[in-house]
Amino acid sequence: MGYLKKHPRLAQFTLLLIAFFLLVAVVTPSETNVLWRLPSLLAPLPGEINAFAEHLMFDWFPVQVYDSELKEYEQSALLREVTRGFSRSVLFLIEFIREILVGGVKTIVAFTGWQFIRENPWAMWPALPWTVVISGAMILGYTLSGRGLALLAGLALAYISIFGQWHPAMETLSFVLVAAPISIFLGLILGVSAYKSRVVAATLKPLLNIAQTMPHFSYLVPVTVFFGVGDHAGAIATIIFATPPMIRLTLLGLQNVPVEVVEAGMMCGSSDRQILLKVLVPTARRDILIGVNQVIMQCLAMAVIASFIGAKGLGFNLLLALNQLRIGQALELGICIVLIAVVLDKLSLAWANKQTDYFADLSFVERNKHSLLFLAVFAICVVLAFLGSVIFKGGINYLYLIPHNKGITTEWFWQAGVDWMIDSWYSSLQGFNRGLIVNVLQPMKNAYLGMPVSATFLLVMGVGYIVGGIRSALIVGGFLLFIALTEWWDRALITMYMASFAVIVSVTIGLIVGSVAAQNSLASKVALLVCDTLQTFPSFIYLIPVIMLFGVTDTSVLIAVIIYATIPATRYTIEGIRSVPPSLREAGMMSGATGLQRWISIDLPLAFPHIMLGVNQTVIFALFMVIIGAMIGTDDLGQYILKALSDKQGIGNGLMLGLCVAFIGLAVDHLIHTWAAERKALLGLT
Amino acid sequence: MTKSLHKLALGVAAAALMAPSAWAEDSAEPIVIPTHNWSSQVVMAYVIGGIFESLGDNVEYVPADTQAVYEAIRIGDVTISHEVWQSTFGASFYNAMAKGGLIDAGTHSAATLEEMGVPQYVIDDNLCPGLPNWEALKDCPEVFATADSEGKGRWLEGPQSWHGDLMPTRLAALGLGDKYVVKFAGGADAIWAELASAKKEGRGIITFNWTPNFTDAEGFVFIEFPPYKDGCRVADGGDGSCGSPKGWLKKAANYKFPKTHPAAYSAFAKMSFSSTDIGQMAALVDIDKMSHQDAATKWLADHEDVWKPFTQ
Repeated sequence: MGYLKKHPRLAQFTLLLIAFFLLVAVVTPSETNVLWRLPSLLAPLPGEINAFAEHLMFDWFPVQVYDSELKEYEQSALLREVTRGFSRSVLFLIEFIREILVGGVKTIVAFTGWQFIRENPWAMWPALPWTVVISGAMILGYTLSGRGLALLAGLALAYISIFGQWHPAMETLSFVLVAAPISIFLGLILGVSAYKSRVVAATLKPLLNIAQTMPHFSYLVPVTVFFGVGDHAGAIATIIFATPPMIRLTLLGLQNVPVEVVEAGMMCGSSDRQILLKVLVPTARRDILIGVNQVIMQCLAMAVIASFIGAKGLGFNLLLALNQLRIGQALELGICIVLIAVVLDKLSLAWANKQTDYFADLSFVERNKHSLLFLAVFAICVVLAFLGSVIFKGGINYLYLIPHNKGITTEWFWQAGVDWMIDSWYSSLQGFNRGLIVNVLQPMKNAYLGMPVSATFLLVMGVGYIVGGIRSALIVGGFLLFIALTEWWDRALITMYMASFAVIVSVTIGLIVGSVAAQNSLASKVALLVCDTLQTFPSFIYLIPVIMLFGVTDTSVLIAVIIYATIPATRYTIEGIRSVPPSLREAGMMSGATGLQRWISIDLPLAFPHIMLGVNQTVIFALFMVIIGAMIGTDDLGQYILKALSDKQGIGNGLMLGLCVAFIGLAVDHLIHTWAAERKALLGLT
Repeated sequence: MTKSLHKLALGVAAAALMAPSAWAEDSAEPIVIPTHNWSSQVVMAYVIGGIFESLGDNVEYVPADTQAVYEAIRIGDVTISHEVWQSTFGASFYNAMAKGGLIDAGTHSAATLEEMGVPQYVIDDNLCPGLPNWEALKDCPEVFATADSEGKGRWLEGPQSWHGDLMPTRLAALGLGDKYVVKFAGGADAIWAELASAKKEGRGIITFNWTPNFTDAEGFVFIEFPPYKDGCRVADGGDGSCGSPKGWLKKAANYKFPKTHPAAYSAFAKMSFSSTDIGQMAALVDIDKMSHQDAATKWLADHEDVWKPFTQ
């Protein structure tokens, strides 16, 4: 009893658990029993959302639109014309960049019309030879940072070209080169306005929370209805996905700018605009750059999902390869996506870090030597491409463009590796698979489904109360209530079961791997690099081998989830432990602490708040991947989100289901944030 | 304007089409063809694109989700869909048609079947004596059992979005409900991966599949259920104790397509590929490992006798 008195929270928690199990034992399962399941009062809501969206899109504010093809007026709606106009301009930008890279007619069409192309077959924009793009990227890398970056850019693009993925890679690149700058720009603007106005900040906060926790599948249907299908739709979905972290990090960076710096700026007589552009943004650069890095990662992580609604390029080819079970080919495509991410990330960082030398007095040639060099290389490569058309007469001009799938390939190698893995591991893994399903997963799933709704509320709100008082209890209760009133409560319980299992395993692995790697600076760097790579590497690729090993089962889904969700757990553990002040660790060692003691009593407690943020990210990543697990086969919310793609009321169902997932994430997010903030305050880390 | 066009269009937008048709030539606006994630569909997209181009039309390809594409056709973002499988996409197809904007552009001659079945070796190795007759399934659920099926046979069905609760109700109606449990796979990829993995081990597997498909090459046997009759499905008032009908493979188009591209639409409406054609297209990619565009070019060059008549 004395122990419980010392730890009042433990006592509260024990009481809570006792009450929880009492409820579980007492409440009888029956559809009419409100303590067992709440009535689905929100069931008509998806239909209403759907009707509202369709009304907005097709009936609200009707306008007459002239169809020049049919030579007649047509009824359309204002909003539809506005969104379609927006789509067209995004598409124009994508096509414009794409045609600079690989040639085409769309840009000319935008200024003349298809009839012009039909009458003038010569009117076609030529592609830049791949040699030009590679040398251009190398020169850019050299200008921005030096030899290392030039080498990296050159090697990465050469890999893409030699492996015959040039065309799809440039398609993906053109779409990222539009989506990423728009996301960064929007993020900066919204971040700055949130910094300046409390109202904006207060409005943005819940929207950001939802946008960052809502699975991307759930807004694919609304995006296609409002914006159509095609590269623009993919880009718009990507922007929705990639902007929130940019806003967050911009705001965070600006809030951390010391008041003294701003005051110094004011004393120099800076205008508001100068304060913002010359003082605030440069000082907050570190966080803003992390935002840029996140945007680029998110954009490429969306490359595959965006191809569900019409984005061309690597993502679509990857889905095709997977459907033919050509894992080797999918792997090569996945590597190309990672390479583009790495090159873009490094180039943008180098660009942002470049200091302007205001005092250099250079001649025209000196100032423009890199542009001049590029012009020279451009001329040489174009001549080479023409020569190529003579050398490779009639065949493929390897000096101009290497067509898709005509490069060398190592597909057989990877394929053999995957086949070997499946052949040699299959039988030994079956026992594990069966044991896990029969002894752990099925009982766990049944336990979740056997929880009366009243008991779930008691447990979650009780934890909320213990962690953050009555306010937290009400917040998490509110999130839960929304889900409980939809008709998908059982599905949500299954999602929670899978996510919680995956989070427990991921956090355990992440803590151990992260702690070990953090002991050494080289190991930390390597581990962080692996984290970066895995984060952009399309998770769809390992779904197929996992199914081959474990079948269409929850094991497969959970393994895929764990691979993905371990990334943030590891990353934040490393960062957290590395940021523990060395003096404290030394003090510990001087007092004779062993490595293990130091880890338990110094590293972990001090890194705890940061690690908890990692756990928070792990929960979000796990939820996302559980939803993608629907592609393997689940019976949770994800399967219904996937089904919404073909539903009559797909917009409403998709959004509502997405909100259910987001609310699970937000409830956990709230609990963890509150707890971590309190710990931080206790440790004096503010 | 051709007769067949009139016939097809009448049911859809009669009033609009009765106006005198003054467009002799197809519009130069591109015809947007969707590509999905399986070989025959992508090759056929490029084949049809090639046929349209031979008529002087501009063509554009756009990757699209197999279910969401019907909404896109309805709104006009995509012009056609050339592989509408009855059992998997019928629901989305009719939903979009009911909302208006999507028209039925005829049926391919390919006879399709979408049904539960087993790989050939399950029959050859006599894993479940009596197959493909469905009654044999009563005696060997354990052959199809998996770790998560609790001792019952696992009935691997496509995702919920394909046929909803069709399979659970069929199992119950046939009295197999206590011997088999339905597992919804996430998509075609998951089914192919399961088939490949089962084959490596020579293990029994019963799964939803269709023909023509690339699995035909290795041998796949469909279960013979009590034959389909009108009204035997639960949705139509029956008890659900019947197999799938011999299915159709339809074509869909946006309602404006006949008006903006009369020549292309006429060709598209006539277009009818057989199971052999579809098999050839898929084989060029799946077996000869050609790229989808190359496969389409080769197929068009080799089979002018098949597709030229569509354009006349």
